[in-house]
Amino acid sequence: MSGTLAAGAHGFLSPTGIEIAFLLVGLVTLGAAVLTVTTRQLVHAALWLVVALGGLAVEYLLLTAEFIAWVQVLIYVGSVVVLLLFGLMLTKAPIGRSPDADSGNRPVALAVAGAAAIALVWVVLDAFRSTWIGVHGQVQGSTKVTGEVLFRHWVLPFEALSVLLLAALVGAIVLSRKRRADERADEEER
Amino acid sequence: MHLVYPAVLAALLFCTGLYGVLARRNAVLVLLSVELMLNAVNLNLVAFDVWLRDELHAGQALTLFTIAIAAAEIGIGLAIVLLVHRNRGTADIDRLRDLREDANDPDANAPRPAGGDAARGEKAEAAA
Repeated sequence: MSGTLAAGAHGFLSPTGIEIAFLLVGLVTLGAAVLTVTTRQLVHAALWLVVALGGLAVEYLLLTAEFIAWVQVLIYVGSVVVLLLFGLMLTKAPIGRSPDADSGNRPVALAVAGAAAIALVWVVLDAFRSTWIGVHGQVQGSTKVTGEVLFRHWVLPFEALSVLLLAALVGAIVLSRKRRADERADEEER
Repeated sequence: MHLVYPAVLAALLFCTGLYGVLARRNAVLVLLSVELMLNAVNLNLVAFDVWLRDELHAGQALTLFTIAIAAAEIGIGLAIVLLVHRNRGTADIDRLRDLREDANDPDANAPRPAGGDAARGEKAEAAA
Protein backbone atom coordinates (compact mmCIF):
# COMPACT_ATOMS: atom_id res chain seq x y z
CA MET A 1 0.00 0.00 0.00
CA SER A 2 2.39 2.55 1.27
CA GLY A 3 5.04 1.76 -1.22
CA THR A 4 3.29 0.70 -4.37
CA LEU A 5 4.18 3.93 -6.06
CA ALA A 6 7.67 4.02 -4.68
CA ALA A 7 8.39 0.64 -6.18
CA GLY A 8 8.95 2.19 -9.55
CA ALA A 9 12.01 3.92 -8.20
CA HIS A 10 13.51 0.66 -6.94
CA GLY A 11 14.88 -1.67 -9.56
CA PHE A 12 15.86 -5.27 -9.06
CA LEU A 13 19.37 -4.47 -10.27
CA SER A 14 20.13 -2.04 -7.44
CA PRO A 15 19.16 -3.94 -4.29
CA THR A 16 19.28 -2.34 -0.90
CA GLY A 17 21.31 -3.73 1.97
CA ILE A 18 18.28 -5.35 3.57
CA GLU A 19 17.43 -7.03 0.29
CA ILE A 20 20.92 -8.44 -0.08
CA ALA A 21 20.81 -9.77 3.48
CA PHE A 22 17.35 -11.22 2.87
CA LEU A 23 18.53 -12.88 -0.33
CA LEU A 24 21.61 -14.44 1.25
CA VAL A 25 19.76 -15.74 4.30
CA GLY A 26 16.99 -16.93 2.00
CA LEU A 27 19.46 -18.93 -0.07
CA VAL A 28 20.85 -20.55 3.08
CA THR A 29 17.31 -21.30 4.27
CA LEU A 30 16.27 -22.81 0.98
CA GLY A 31 19.43 -24.89 0.75
CA ALA A 32 18.91 -26.21 4.27
CA ALA A 33 15.28 -27.01 3.44
CA VAL A 34 16.28 -28.91 0.30
CA LEU A 35 18.88 -30.85 2.30
CA THR A 36 16.21 -31.57 4.91
CA VAL A 37 14.00 -33.33 2.42
CA THR A 38 16.76 -35.05 0.44
CA THR A 39 19.40 -36.20 2.92
CA ARG A 40 19.56 -39.92 3.53
CA GLN A 41 20.64 -39.58 7.16
CA LEU A 42 17.45 -39.23 9.14
CA VAL A 43 18.92 -37.40 12.13
CA HIS A 44 20.73 -34.99 9.84
CA ALA A 45 17.38 -34.10 8.29
CA ALA A 46 16.15 -32.86 11.67
CA LEU A 47 19.37 -30.92 12.20
CA TRP A 48 19.15 -29.27 8.77
CA LEU A 49 15.60 -28.30 9.71
CA VAL A 50 17.12 -26.31 12.58
CA VAL A 51 19.18 -24.33 10.07
CA ALA A 52 16.13 -23.72 7.88
CA LEU A 53 13.96 -22.58 10.79
CA GLY A 54 16.72 -20.39 12.20
CA GLY A 55 17.13 -18.78 8.80
CA LEU A 56 13.41 -18.10 8.72
CA ALA A 57 13.70 -16.43 12.13
CA VAL A 58 16.35 -14.11 10.68
CA GLU A 59 14.01 -13.36 7.76
CA TYR A 60 11.30 -12.39 10.23
CA LEU A 61 13.76 -10.05 11.92
CA LEU A 62 14.58 -8.48 8.57
CA LEU A 63 10.85 -8.00 7.98
CA THR A 64 10.73 -6.18 11.38
CA ALA A 65 8.55 -8.85 12.98
CA GLU A 66 10.64 -9.23 16.11
CA PHE A 67 8.19 -11.05 18.32
CA ILE A 68 7.43 -13.68 15.67
CA ALA A 69 11.15 -14.22 15.19
CA TRP A 70 11.77 -14.97 18.84
CA VAL A 71 8.65 -17.13 19.09
CA GLN A 72 9.99 -19.01 16.08
CA VAL A 73 13.32 -19.59 17.78
CA LEU A 74 11.67 -20.62 21.05
CA ILE A 75 8.97 -22.92 19.76
CA TYR A 76 10.32 -24.33 16.51
CA VAL A 77 14.05 -24.51 17.09
CA GLY A 78 13.62 -25.08 20.78
CA SER A 79 10.85 -27.61 21.10
CA VAL A 80 9.49 -28.88 17.81
CA VAL A 81 12.88 -30.03 16.55
CA VAL A 82 13.60 -31.68 19.90
CA LEU A 83 10.25 -33.46 19.65
CA LEU A 84 11.09 -34.60 16.14
CA LEU A 85 14.47 -35.89 17.27
CA PHE A 86 12.79 -37.79 20.09
CA GLY A 87 10.32 -39.19 17.58
CA LEU A 88 13.13 -40.33 15.31
CA MET A 89 14.94 -42.01 18.16
CA LEU A 90 11.87 -43.63 19.69
CA THR A 91 10.92 -45.14 16.34
CA LYS A 92 14.42 -46.63 16.14
CA ALA A 93 15.48 -44.61 13.13
CA PRO A 94 18.77 -45.92 11.81
CA ILE A 95 21.82 -43.82 12.56
CA GLY A 96 23.85 -43.25 9.45
CA ARG A 97 22.84 -43.55 5.83
CA SER A 98 19.62 -45.41 5.19
CA PRO A 99 19.19 -46.22 1.51
CA ASP A 100 15.40 -46.47 1.72
CA ALA A 101 14.72 -43.01 3.11
CA ASP A 102 12.83 -42.06 -0.05
CA SER A 103 9.84 -44.04 -1.21
CA GLY A 104 9.21 -45.35 -4.68
CA ASN A 105 7.13 -42.40 -5.86
CA ARG A 106 10.05 -40.02 -5.78
CA PRO A 107 9.92 -39.05 -9.50
CA VAL A 108 6.22 -38.28 -9.21
CA ALA A 109 6.88 -36.20 -6.10
CA LEU A 110 9.63 -34.33 -7.91
CA ALA A 111 7.32 -33.65 -10.86
CA VAL A 112 4.47 -32.41 -8.63
CA ALA A 113 6.74 -30.20 -6.55
CA GLY A 114 8.48 -28.82 -9.63
CA ALA A 115 5.19 -28.02 -11.35
CA ALA A 116 3.85 -26.37 -8.20
CA ALA A 117 7.04 -24.36 -7.78
CA ILE A 118 6.99 -23.12 -11.38
CA ALA A 119 3.31 -22.19 -11.21
CA LEU A 120 3.53 -20.46 -7.84
CA VAL A 121 6.71 -18.51 -8.60
CA TRP A 122 5.36 -17.44 -11.95
CA VAL A 123 2.10 -16.19 -10.48
CA VAL A 124 3.83 -14.44 -7.59
CA LEU A 125 6.34 -12.74 -9.88
CA ASP A 126 3.57 -11.65 -12.19
CA ALA A 127 1.39 -10.29 -9.40
CA PHE A 128 3.88 -8.56 -7.10
CA ARG A 129 6.68 -7.54 -9.42
CA SER A 130 6.35 -3.85 -8.60
CA THR A 131 5.25 -4.04 -4.98
CA TRP A 132 7.47 -2.43 -2.40
CA ILE A 133 7.54 -3.02 1.35
CA GLY A 134 8.68 -0.10 3.43
CA VAL A 135 10.63 -1.69 6.25
CA HIS A 136 12.36 1.49 7.34
CA GLY A 137 9.39 3.00 9.14
CA GLN A 138 8.24 2.01 12.57
CA VAL A 139 8.74 -1.59 13.65
CA GLN A 140 5.68 -3.60 12.64
CA GLY A 141 5.91 -6.49 15.03
CA SER A 142 7.54 -5.39 18.26
CA THR A 143 6.44 -7.19 21.40
CA LYS A 144 4.42 -4.17 22.52
CA VAL A 145 2.48 -3.90 19.29
CA THR A 146 1.90 -7.64 19.04
CA GLY A 147 0.79 -7.92 22.64
CA GLU A 148 -1.63 -5.02 22.36
CA VAL A 149 -3.16 -6.35 19.18
CA LEU A 150 -3.30 -9.91 20.40
CA PHE A 151 -4.98 -9.15 23.72
CA ARG A 152 -7.25 -6.41 22.44
CA HIS A 153 -8.59 -7.72 19.15
CA TRP A 154 -7.69 -11.39 19.09
CA VAL A 155 -8.50 -12.47 22.64
CA LEU A 156 -11.26 -14.95 21.78
CA PRO A 157 -9.26 -16.88 19.15
CA PHE A 158 -6.32 -16.82 21.52
CA GLU A 159 -8.33 -18.44 24.30
CA ALA A 160 -9.88 -20.97 21.92
CA LEU A 161 -6.39 -21.83 20.80
CA SER A 162 -5.26 -22.42 24.36
CA VAL A 163 -8.12 -24.89 24.79
CA LEU A 164 -7.07 -26.59 21.55
CA LEU A 165 -3.51 -26.84 22.79
CA LEU A 166 -4.68 -28.36 26.06
CA ALA A 167 -6.83 -30.88 24.17
CA ALA A 168 -3.87 -31.79 21.99
CA LEU A 169 -1.68 -32.25 25.05
CA VAL A 170 -4.20 -34.54 26.73
CA GLY A 171 -4.70 -36.42 23.48
CA ALA A 172 -0.99 -36.96 23.02
CA ILE A 173 -0.65 -38.27 26.56
CA VAL A 174 -3.61 -40.62 26.16
CA LEU A 175 -2.34 -41.90 22.82
CA SER A 176 1.21 -42.54 23.93
CA ARG A 177 0.42 -44.01 27.33
CA LYS A 178 1.65 -47.55 27.55
CA ARG A 179 -1.08 -49.94 28.63
CA ARG A 180 0.20 -52.79 30.69
CA ALA A 181 -1.07 -56.32 30.20
CA ASP A 182 -2.66 -56.66 33.64
CA GLU A 183 -4.44 -53.34 33.16
CA ARG A 184 -5.84 -54.58 29.88
CA ALA A 185 -6.93 -57.84 31.49
CA ASP A 186 -8.72 -55.91 34.21
CA GLU A 187 -10.67 -53.97 31.66
CA GLU A 188 -11.62 -57.10 29.80
CA GLU A 189 -12.93 -58.72 32.96
CA ARG A 190 -15.19 -55.78 33.66
CA MET B 1 12.29 -4.37 0.10
CA HIS B 2 10.51 -5.90 -2.84
CA LEU B 3 7.59 -8.06 -1.78
CA VAL B 4 8.71 -10.56 -4.38
CA TYR B 5 11.65 -11.81 -2.31
CA PRO B 6 9.70 -13.16 0.68
CA ALA B 7 6.84 -14.34 -1.54
CA VAL B 8 9.11 -16.32 -3.85
CA LEU B 9 11.07 -17.74 -0.92
CA ALA B 10 7.81 -18.84 0.70
CA ALA B 11 6.61 -20.48 -2.52
CA LEU B 12 9.88 -22.36 -2.96
CA LEU B 13 9.94 -23.48 0.68
CA PHE B 14 6.36 -24.70 0.35
CA CYS B 15 7.22 -26.74 -2.72
CA THR B 16 10.27 -28.19 -0.95
CA GLY B 17 7.99 -29.31 1.86
CA LEU B 18 5.52 -30.69 -0.69
CA TYR B 19 8.27 -32.78 -2.24
CA GLY B 20 9.28 -34.04 1.19
CA VAL B 21 5.73 -35.05 2.10
CA LEU B 22 5.31 -36.96 -1.13
CA ALA B 23 8.75 -38.54 -1.38
CA ARG B 24 9.73 -39.44 2.17
CA ARG B 25 9.08 -42.88 3.57
CA ASN B 26 9.60 -42.42 7.31
CA ALA B 27 6.53 -40.94 8.98
CA VAL B 28 8.58 -38.63 11.21
CA LEU B 29 10.29 -37.17 8.15
CA VAL B 30 6.89 -36.56 6.58
CA LEU B 31 5.88 -34.59 9.69
CA LEU B 32 9.13 -32.65 9.38
CA SER B 33 8.27 -31.72 5.80
CA VAL B 34 4.83 -30.60 6.93
CA GLU B 35 6.60 -28.23 9.32
CA LEU B 36 8.48 -26.75 6.37
CA MET B 37 5.21 -26.12 4.54
CA LEU B 38 3.66 -24.46 7.60
CA ASN B 39 6.70 -22.22 7.94
CA ALA B 40 6.44 -21.15 4.33
CA VAL B 41 2.87 -20.06 4.98
CA ASN B 42 4.03 -18.18 8.08
CA LEU B 43 6.61 -16.26 6.08
CA ASN B 44 3.92 -15.30 3.58
CA LEU B 45 1.62 -14.10 6.35
CA VAL B 46 4.31 -11.96 7.97
CA ALA B 47 5.44 -10.46 4.68
CA PHE B 48 1.94 -9.46 3.62
CA ASP B 49 1.17 -8.13 7.08
CA VAL B 50 4.23 -5.87 6.94
CA TRP B 51 3.30 -4.79 3.43
CA LEU B 52 -0.31 -3.93 4.21
CA ARG B 53 0.47 -2.25 7.58
CA ASP B 54 -2.73 -3.72 8.93
CA GLU B 55 -4.14 -2.01 12.00
CA LEU B 56 -5.17 -5.33 13.56
CA HIS B 57 -1.95 -7.04 12.50
CA ALA B 58 -4.02 -9.99 11.34
CA GLY B 59 -1.07 -11.56 9.59
CA GLN B 60 1.14 -11.66 12.65
CA ALA B 61 -1.68 -12.82 14.93
CA LEU B 62 -2.48 -15.62 12.47
CA THR B 63 1.20 -16.51 12.33
CA LEU B 64 1.25 -16.96 16.09
CA PHE B 65 -1.89 -19.08 15.87
CA THR B 66 -0.34 -21.18 13.11
CA ILE B 67 2.75 -21.76 15.23
CA ALA B 68 0.59 -22.91 18.15
CA ILE B 69 -1.46 -25.20 15.91
CA ALA B 70 1.72 -26.59 14.42
CA ALA B 71 2.97 -27.39 17.91
CA ALA B 72 -0.30 -29.21 18.68
CA GLU B 73 -0.12 -31.00 15.35
CA ILE B 74 3.43 -32.22 15.88
CA GLY B 75 2.55 -33.49 19.35
CA ILE B 76 -0.48 -35.48 18.20
CA GLY B 77 1.28 -36.63 15.03
CA LEU B 78 4.29 -37.96 16.87
CA ALA B 79 2.05 -39.72 19.40
CA ILE B 80 0.23 -41.45 16.55
CA VAL B 81 3.50 -42.37 14.85
CA LEU B 82 4.84 -43.82 18.10
CA LEU B 83 1.64 -45.80 18.57
CA VAL B 84 1.87 -47.18 15.04
CA HIS B 85 5.52 -48.03 15.57
CA ARG B 86 4.71 -49.82 18.81
CA ASN B 87 1.91 -51.85 17.25
CA ARG B 88 3.49 -52.60 13.90
CA GLY B 89 7.21 -52.37 14.48
CA THR B 90 7.66 -49.89 11.65
CA ALA B 91 7.08 -46.22 10.97
CA ASP B 92 7.36 -46.55 7.19
CA ILE B 93 4.32 -45.14 5.46
CA ASP B 94 4.71 -47.50 2.53
CA ARG B 95 4.11 -50.51 4.73
CA LEU B 96 0.93 -49.23 6.39
CA ARG B 97 -1.44 -50.41 3.72
CA ASP B 98 -4.16 -52.21 5.60
CA LEU B 99 -6.91 -49.98 4.24
CA ARG B 100 -6.09 -50.70 0.63
CA GLU B 101 -9.05 -51.79 -1.47
CA ASP B 102 -7.62 -54.95 -3.01
CA ALA B 103 -6.64 -56.72 0.17
CA ASN B 104 -6.04 -60.04 -1.60
CA ASP B 105 -3.22 -58.64 -3.67
CA PRO B 106 -1.25 -56.53 -1.22
CA ASP B 107 1.56 -55.44 -3.53
CA ALA B 108 -0.14 -54.99 -6.87
CA ASN B 109 0.80 -51.35 -7.28
CA ALA B 110 4.20 -51.48 -5.67
CA PRO B 111 6.62 -53.84 -7.35
CA ARG B 112 9.64 -52.72 -5.34
CA PRO B 113 8.84 -53.51 -1.69
CA ALA B 114 7.90 -57.07 -2.54
CA GLY B 115 6.72 -60.06 -0.46
CA GLY B 116 9.34 -59.77 2.26
CA ASP B 117 7.85 -56.57 3.58
CA ALA B 118 4.33 -57.97 3.68
CA ALA B 119 5.52 -61.02 5.60
CA ARG B 120 7.38 -58.77 8.00
CA GLY B 121 4.33 -56.60 8.53
CA GLU B 122 2.24 -59.65 9.33
CA LYS B 123 4.86 -60.85 11.77
CA ALA B 124 4.90 -57.50 13.54
CA GLU B 125 1.12 -57.58 13.67
CA ALA B 126 1.16 -61.04 15.19
CA ALA B 127 3.74 -59.94 17.74
CA ALA B 128 1.57 -57.00 18.72
